[in-house]
Amino acid sequence: MSRTRLVKTTQKSGFKYTLKKFARQKYLQMMVIPGIIWMLIFNFIPMGGIIIAFKKYKITRTIAEAPWVGLKYFQDFFQDSNFTSVMTNTLGISFLKLILGFPLPIIFALLINEIRNVKFKKFAQTISYLPHFLSWVVLGGILTTWLSKTGVINDFFVWLGIIKEPISFLGKPEYFWGLAFISDSWKELGWSAIIYLAAISGVDTQMYEAATVDGATKMQKIRYITLPSIAGTVAIMLILQVSSLLNSNFDQIMNLKNSINIARSQVIDTYVYQVGMTQGNYSYATAVGLFKSIVALILLVIANKTCKKLLGRSLYR
Amino acid sequence: MRKTRSSKIKRSTGTLIFDWANTIFMLIICFLCIYPIWYVVVNSFNDAHDAMMGGIYWWPRMFSLENYRTVFADNRVLQAFKVTIAKTVIGTSVNVFFTAMVAYPMSKNYLVGRKFYMAMGTITMFFSGGLIPTFILFKKLNLLNNFMVYVIPAAFNFFNLLIFINFFNEIPPALEESARIDGATDWKIFRSIILPLSKPVLATIALFAGVGQWNDWFGGVMYMTTRMDLEPIQTYLYRMVAQVGSNQVAGSISAGNISAQSTTSTAIKLATMVITTLPICLVYPFLQKYFVKGVMVGAVKE
Repeated sequence: MSRTRLVKTTQKSGFKYTLKKFARQKYLQMMVIPGIIWMLIFNFIPMGGIIIAFKKYKITRTIAEAPWVGLKYFQDFFQDSNFTSVMTNTLGISFLKLILGFPLPIIFALLINEIRNVKFKKFAQTISYLPHFLSWVVLGGILTTWLSKTGVINDFFVWLGIIKEPISFLGKPEYFWGLAFISDSWKELGWSAIIYLAAISGVDTQMYEAATVDGATKMQKIRYITLPSIAGTVAIMLILQVSSLLNSNFDQIMNLKNSINIARSQVIDTYVYQVGMTQGNYSYATAVGLFKSIVALILLVIANKTCKKLLGRSLYR
Repeated sequence: MRKTRSSKIKRSTGTLIFDWANTIFMLIICFLCIYPIWYVVVNSFNDAHDAMMGGIYWWPRMFSLENYRTVFADNRVLQAFKVTIAKTVIGTSVNVFFTAMVAYPMSKNYLVGRKFYMAMGTITMFFSGGLIPTFILFKKLNLLNNFMVYVIPAAFNFFNLLIFINFFNEIPPALEESARIDGATDWKIFRSIILPLSKPVLATIALFAGVGQWNDWFGGVMYMTTRMDLEPIQTYLYRMVAQVGSNQVAGSISAGNISAQSTTSTAIKLATMVITTLPICLVYPFLQKYFVKGVMVGAVKE
């Protein structure tokens, strides 16, 4: 008896059954559908709006009226006199952050983990999160003051005897990449370490105990237990960072760049803003933005595949 | 494990040296994180004209409350503060409750269309229309020069939704089932069972969304083209910093060329930086144990 009933319900798993199920969970659907509509409007309509990258769009007219121009704006961008400097700056800052900056939070997490005093450990963590919560406007304000000729940094360096004459750091383009890298690393050091700390706290403590019995040193434990245990997390963070090589920290750059250091501070994101919003060149700016998104997607796929091959890890297991 | 080791096994000299070096290193990091705030605080309590000549590191040189008086006497600044408070309170509550409402059904495996909805959300995490198409959309929706631009486009966040789903999945299903037998609708269960149990995750998302709203300066630059009275304080500060900054880069400031106007803007800048920063410094340490979990979930998830 019960067996026949079971057969009947499985046969019903067609369109009608789905509709019935949908009707039965109408309250749940009524809660979720506003979110879907929101995504359609605020995420997917702008994605459709990318079409203006291939059209000559003016804000006074509709998108449909604008004439098609094909890949004109992409060609324009590749031949733009700013193309080389914008690409160099974007990649330069990103590679500094990737090569020098990527290991920093991992090292920081390992060091935090070695603190014995629980209260001090908690204190150091809390304090290290602080810069993450500050706005780049406030930090930009502090940094422009500090890096000026009469600022703290110059006073300190002159006092140490590293430099003789004060330097206007933000007034010298050659310092910009380094400043962008250092200030970003400082702001996000503690925050980025959270994820690694979480991974470290998940390591089975018995392994450390066994290693201690075998007479392993601290470095050996880190090298052979901790690092292999958090490799998966490291791989995922690496994939994400590689895929965002063409992304810059827009807030940071906008608050540190000025008319004097612009040769080294103009990155793709700020260029899109300048061309689009300041000069009103909507189609061109959208084309530049699209170019960036496509490269980012390609990088994501490549990084993901490489990690899968080398480490057997990927974003979607 | 740490406790047993430190009490039972004698530490070697190398370990001792390492522990000391590590402690000192951590103290330096802590100093580097706190000092910029301290610097702004002491300078804000110093006479602005005097502060512009620099050299104030640890304590005010000419103590004065004049900067704060200037801020609270400036209607333009007060208006900007009101906008910031309004957008933070309204924008954050809308984001938290709307995202939670959408996340609850999404945490149910039997939800019809769940896979499709999740796929839509995942696409939004890796691809977006970008600056200009979004701007055009807002213009068409009449959101430019409209306070609602701070609320409606910020009402939902897929990343926060993932954090919510993970939390909801850990609530024992028995609680919901008993309510369902009593005839409660899904909406009722969400409102009177799920939400009251979700205070930790609500606090986490509220912190993320609240800090985002509080610190946002670009929305004001981008979407308030004519209504300067709807600019938040961070946008106001951004314009002022950009102006003062270019002066500082262009030439060094000496006592002679400080104009009355730049003294006022420095006063406002210093006091405003302190007033916008302190609330965050006071709130986040108390929510730490919650948001650490939130960050983990969001990043480890898939």
